[in-house]
Amino acid sequence: MALETTLIQEKLSQKFGNNVLNFEMNRDIFSFEASPETIHEVIQFLKEQEDLNFHFLTDLCGVHYPDNDSHHQFAVVYHMHNWIESFRIRIKTYLNGENPEVDSMTDLFLTTNWMERETFDFYGIKFKGHPQLKRILNMDEMESFPMRKEFPMEDQGRTDKDDRFFGRTPANC
Amino acid sequence: MSELLLPPEHRYAKIIERTHNEDGSELSILNLGPSHPATHGIFQNILLMDGEKILDAEPTLGYIHRAFEKIAENRPFYQITPLTDRMNYCSSPINNMAWWMTVEKLLDIEVPKRAQYLRVIVMELARIADHLICNSILGVDTGAYTGFLYVFQFREKIYEIYEEICGARLTTNMGRLGGFERDWSEEAFKKLDVFLKDFPIAWKEFENLFERNRIFIDRTVNVGPISAEKAMQYGLTGPNLRAAGVDYDVRVAHPYSSYEDFDFIVPVGKSGDTYDRFCVRNAEVWESLSIIRQALDKMPEGPHHADVPDYYLPPKEDVYHNMESLIYHFKIVMGEVPVPIAEIYHAVEGANGELGFYLITDGSRTPYRLHFRRPCFIYYQAYTEMIKGGMLSDAIVILSSLNVIAGELDA
Repeated sequence: MALETTLIQEKLSQKFGNNVLNFEMNRDIFSFEASPETIHEVIQFLKEQEDLNFHFLTDLCGVHYPDNDSHHQFAVVYHMHNWIESFRIRIKTYLNGENPEVDSMTDLFLTTNWMERETFDFYGIKFKGHPQLKRILNMDEMESFPMRKEFPMEDQGRTDKDDRFFGRTPANC
Repeated sequence: MSELLLPPEHRYAKIIERTHNEDGSELSILNLGPSHPATHGIFQNILLMDGEKILDAEPTLGYIHRAFEKIAENRPFYQITPLTDRMNYCSSPINNMAWWMTVEKLLDIEVPKRAQYLRVIVMELARIADHLICNSILGVDTGAYTGFLYVFQFREKIYEIYEEICGARLTTNMGRLGGFERDWSEEAFKKLDVFLKDFPIAWKEFENLFERNRIFIDRTVNVGPISAEKAMQYGLTGPNLRAAGVDYDVRVAHPYSSYEDFDFIVPVGKSGDTYDRFCVRNAEVWESLSIIRQALDKMPEGPHHADVPDYYLPPKEDVYHNMESLIYHFKIVMGEVPVPIAEIYHAVEGANGELGFYLITDGSRTPYRLHFRRPCFIYYQAYTEMIKGGMLSDAIVILSSLNVIAGELDA
């Protein structure tokens, strides 16, 4: 029996009430939001429930939304996958901009270790309970979080490259 | 010696301080990499050693980090393909096609069958090229240079086919939105035929050289094994996972680009050790060859790209003589074509595992966020655990058998 989106939604709503919301079929992936307080339990529930069985965490990444309100400044996106039913699911949790913090999933999936370090490295999102939360791809001395939208891609002091000559303005890119 | 290298608060320093071997010997630290001929890329591992036995390892990565995700946020969609080339540079066409398929999914573009089949052929060629390098280099690391030199000429043949298709060899930047930039030439098919005739003979010989070779078996069997549960915990995908006995393959689980039309088996191993990884890759090469043959046999006639003038650049001569072409050319180049607001995740079976693109758009010409799920980055985490308790020479062999590509690891 194929896994039904209604079943997932029903089970999650029953268990977590208002902490899980915005269920939708986003193109080919069923997705929803979970509050940062319950995200760990939600992932655990999805992993351990026999009939849901999302046993593989495919991907974890951060997103920065500087235009959102202060409680939705950052998002951590989890992609989970049930190989037996060939069913993917996407869970998003929004974090505040002041002190973005979310529970680490390293106790559930060893694979999240480096993914969380990468997210921390680029967005400064802290993962509570992570065994070794430090930068991974950038150098340790770095102070800023380069994937945040306010971080400029190029050194602003460069004089050898004038964007006007490449048809680029702040408006079109 | 250890005081010179390590700050006293380092965890190795404490372990060295604590440990007293009976024969009075001390633990030592070995810095493997970042630039070492046996690591095939820029990886650093700080190893804690007891004689020749590895007790612990601490990988450092990021040596060739080029901030592709950040660059991608500032580039139009069609300029992101060159970035994907440079991730897994041993099989760049797979990355290119994966990116185009992601954007096609976003724009709901139906790609003609012929283009899909051509894509399958080039992706399988890339898989062969990748596995060929991995397996032959594994041979080099166990002391057999001959096999490597012998099959490596066939990577050159594959690159010549790429060259016929797109003009480039290593970083291919192949294809366009909706198909290919041009139909494949006669010459490309001719070269492909020659390759399909010659390569299996050489690959069979290569296989004979290794598969029952006593020295090779001694060096690889039970070296760096990983159980299926552990492999899934660590997020392994691709040949490394299949060597542990899990038959997960994106080509079968979520077929893309008409993979459902072809008949192939997913080879699996049993113990997940270096030998199994070698054998799984070997078997996959045979399957890839069979897929290419099937695709060539069934190759439908038709256009080599989808009819999407909004996104597919018109031929240059039309731009000078044809009003519509000029308009579309201008619109595409200046980035005035609207893009739907959506979130897309598309995964393909890369040469090393599930290669995924997570794309968020906000309607502008550039992605709002593009995240690459890079299989190497994810499974390299398991490396530390695999080499613990083994010999240093085994660590080298395990690294080559995992096929960690520095470009994909660091993005």
